[in-house]
Amino acid sequence: MIRHLIGAIGLSVMASHALAAEPLEVGIGYLRHAGVKETLSLVQQPAENNGTAGARLAIEDNNTTGKFLNQHFTLDEVRLKGGDDVANAATTLAQHDGFIILDLPADDVLKVADTLRDRGTVLFDAGSKDDRLREEDCRANVVHVAPTRSMLADALAQYLVWKQWKRWLLVVGSHEADKLYADALRRAATRFGAKIVQERTFEDTGGARRTDSGVTLIQRQMPVFTQQAPAYDVLVAADESEVFASYLPYRTWDPRPVAGSAGLVPTSWDASHDQWGAIQIQNRFIKLNSRHMTALDMQAWTAARMVGEATSRTNSGDAKMVFGFIKGKDFSIAAFKGQRLTLRDWNLQLRQPILLADGRMVVSVSPQEGFLHQVSELDTLGVDRPETKCKLK
Amino acid sequence: MQAQVSGDEKRMWRGLLSLTVLWLTASPASAYIAYVSNEKGNTVTVIDTEKWAVTATIKVGQRPRGIEFTRNGKFVMVAVGDDDTIQVIDAKTQQIVDTLPSGPDPELFTQDAAGKILYVANENDNTVTVIDIQKRNRLGDIQVGVEPEGMMISPDGKILICTSETTNMAHFIDTTKREVVANVLVDSRPRFAEFKHDGSELWVSSEIGGTVSIIDPVKRAVTGKVTFNIPGLRSEAIQPVGVGITRDDKTAFVALGPANRVAVVDAATHTVTKYLLVGQRVWHMAFTPDEKYLLVTNGVSNDVSVIDVAAQKVIKTIQVGELPWGVTISP
Repeated sequence: MIRHLIGAIGLSVMASHALAAEPLEVGIGYLRHAGVKETLSLVQQPAENNGTAGARLAIEDNNTTGKFLNQHFTLDEVRLKGGDDVANAATTLAQHDGFIILDLPADDVLKVADTLRDRGTVLFDAGSKDDRLREEDCRANVVHVAPTRSMLADALAQYLVWKQWKRWLLVVGSHEADKLYADALRRAATRFGAKIVQERTFEDTGGARRTDSGVTLIQRQMPVFTQQAPAYDVLVAADESEVFASYLPYRTWDPRPVAGSAGLVPTSWDASHDQWGAIQIQNRFIKLNSRHMTALDMQAWTAARMVGEATSRTNSGDAKMVFGFIKGKDFSIAAFKGQRLTLRDWNLQLRQPILLADGRMVVSVSPQEGFLHQVSELDTLGVDRPETKCKLK
Repeated sequence: MQAQVSGDEKRMWRGLLSLTVLWLTASPASAYIAYVSNEKGNTVTVIDTEKWAVTATIKVGQRPRGIEFTRNGKFVMVAVGDDDTIQVIDAKTQQIVDTLPSGPDPELFTQDAAGKILYVANENDNTVTVIDIQKRNRLGDIQVGVEPEGMMISPDGKILICTSETTNMAHFIDTTKREVVANVLVDSRPRFAEFKHDGSELWVSSEIGGTVSIIDPVKRAVTGKVTFNIPGLRSEAIQPVGVGITRDDKTAFVALGPANRVAVVDAATHTVTKYLLVGQRVWHMAFTPDEKYLLVTNGVSNDVSVIDVAAQKVIKTIQVGELPWGVTISP
């Protein structure tokens, strides 16, 4: 009899569970390499969870909304170690998740995109700034949340031109990424009427970023490196590889401001940004992660929020349906930038204002006033529709 | 026989008449006091609506935003978000006399018809806090979506609306049970909610979406949308925030943020009939009780525009403190 009773209790428990409708489960994957690159400035050293912390906050935000709609979001994070195959990892994630956020170099993004092309998985590029992923190498299953180098360079150029700092001394690092950034800066100078009076290359000869008495050496090196330049208004540095740019401010031979990879930096997010309700997400982020929010955190947050937003609008977790909505004309996302962000339909790049931050404050936000456009002023940043090489298939 | 009226007499009568007209227009029909919260200045500006002049500036806590008179007109409550409280200003002495126990980072609030219960949106922890105004104590919290902001009570007092900015919903809260009973999705970043006085419609402005959703409070569903189109202005700059509806429910005014305009909307057809140019980044508004005037706060130009409601014209601009946010007018 006791056994019967237990059985009955078990049954009733199961029945009451079945009464509440099961929530709509939406899985979002996150694919990245393990480890973080070292920066010159200790305060800019990214945390181990750089990016994923932003995605986690978005999952919390999505779930707060989701509890009113009976939708539930989860994040599956995969960190690739040396030797791991990115395509295999993506395929495994795609078995559970209809959406994957990528913080990967351009070649890896392409590998994942091509591997999952016929699966219908929607990919969000949160980490790669390469213009080619939105141009000649664009893919129809990749949404780009990260701004491109050309968007960042244009945002900076608009401000420098507005400031009448039109003569630039361009200093470029010796790595591939530095050269790509320099390309974008040259293009921006031409577009907005600045002049690069001279270009110099800063060779990476190796060496440690942390040393005990490095400052004495740097103080001697940087003035020498920047002397005998033609008259210029601002030194623009292209150093994505973190080799020299942060050493330039206050150490140039001529007393000139620094911009680009140090000094005034164009970025999608900054820990000091507090306008347009941004203080609220900054507070939520700090509460959850006990640290400041970076640009990569914000890009990952935006990607996961785009999935949440489209899921709540379509009431569907189906990747195809959600993707259709994201690509549609009614889609926009609010991301504390003072205006709605939308997708460029020709290459699936997220339009967004770019902050110009000096490490302590947001100095300005581009596009600058007066840079007009017939569709959206946000399209004055980066490669515009008439110039695009992208053909989405 | 008709008396001849001499020219002198005529002049005298005319003079008397015009004097009377003058006296009539100058009569204190609109002698109200407006209080404006200045978000960056940490002050509240007091405006005499008869003279349209600033009569006092009151120092308050940090980041004053939501501001409202108590129903009896004796006090002004102002949410000072960065001090995590609501300060109470005595309207007679213009001194801060008390604080109310809101949750963290209070932004906007509303009170019931009797003026006994206050409902506060706390942006930082996704809750609505319920406060007994007289006893100054906290009666409870209601969990809502991410970044609650707009707060409004239905004319019958049964439903409290709370809008959440990142969740993009208008939450319907039963005021007796203090429970969310329905959620209506609206466009991005809902900032403000307003009922028609007959309770037939709920209007919710979406700052980033650029629309005002018209919600049927019975069906609890969006039945229409007010859209805005200003020639020569990019659509991203049109960011509706504050909404005011006249007592006859015929005309609505919608503040359009960085579009620097207030839209006049036919409240029956939900179409815009006129755009009034005001100051920069216009957000919140309040009618004078006689509904002759509407005051709107212009954050970036640090002023308040006065709109003549019947003429649908801006008649005056008054300089206030830094980043004016909200406004309330004595009953």
